[in-house]
Amino acid sequence: MKLKPEDLDRISQRMKATTILREGAGRVKITVHMGTCGIASGARDILSSFLKHIEETDAKDIIITTSGCAGLCSHEPMATVELKDEPPVKYIDLSVDKVARIFDEHVMGGQIVKEFALAIGSERIS
Amino acid sequence: MQDISLHLLDIAENSVNAGATRVDIRIVEDAPGDRLCVEIRDNGKGMDSATMRKALDPFYTSKPGKRIGLGIPLLAQAAREGGGKLVIDSDPEEGTCIVATFMLSHPDRKPMGDVDGTVRMLQITHPEIEFTYEFMRQEE
Repeated sequence: MKLKPEDLDRISQRMKATTILREGAGRVKITVHMGTCGIASGARDILSSFLKHIEETDAKDIIITTSGCAGLCSHEPMATVELKDEPPVKYIDLSVDKVARIFDEHVMGGQIVKEFALAIGSERIS
Repeated sequence: MQDISLHLLDIAENSVNAGATRVDIRIVEDAPGDRLCVEIRDNGKGMDSATMRKALDPFYTSKPGKRIGLGIPLLAQAAREGGGKLVIDSDPEEGTCIVATFMLSHPDRKPMGDVDGTVRMLQITHPEIEFTYEFMRQEE
């Protein structure tokens, strides 16, 4: 397969964006749960959506990473948002629309989106 | 899983959890041989032969507190349904290599999906790990 000059430009632009995202540090950590259950439930779209918002806002103080199954497979896709010096908040049953609100209100605005957060009593003891 | 790139993401996340510092992804689309080969090789902690045999059992996992491990069995099932098979090679000293093959023309073979996007996500979310991706197409 041969690469054309425009392919190289596209790869260069993409890698530049990737490098900026890889260097994110500091104020907020977003963890998308990427166990088999999460991936099968749409976690890649959730991660992709968070990345899109980070790129759009050009935020450089956000760390984004993944973790394994959190043991609440029926509530996937899930993500945890942790602001510096504040307790982590686990969001469940996510969609791309929910991610938009969580990003605007919690990640950028510092206000927890309570209606999407894991509520007391939603975990079942089996 | 809707496509092969999602399986690939799942297996690569296993590599991350196995402590790999390097993950090599290689895809070979062999049209003359009607074969698609997806290989994920890591330098993580690997498995001994007993664990390797159990890795295809969906009711086995090495993760503490868990009872099922579906990632590898689901990829093995996808490969079988697509006219291929899954082979695991692992060594506790060297890491793990998982190769899933498919018949390229099989009607039940899952689509490739967004492999580029998947590799990019892995690179962004695990900057401490070196991911490489090689794609080869052999045309008729």
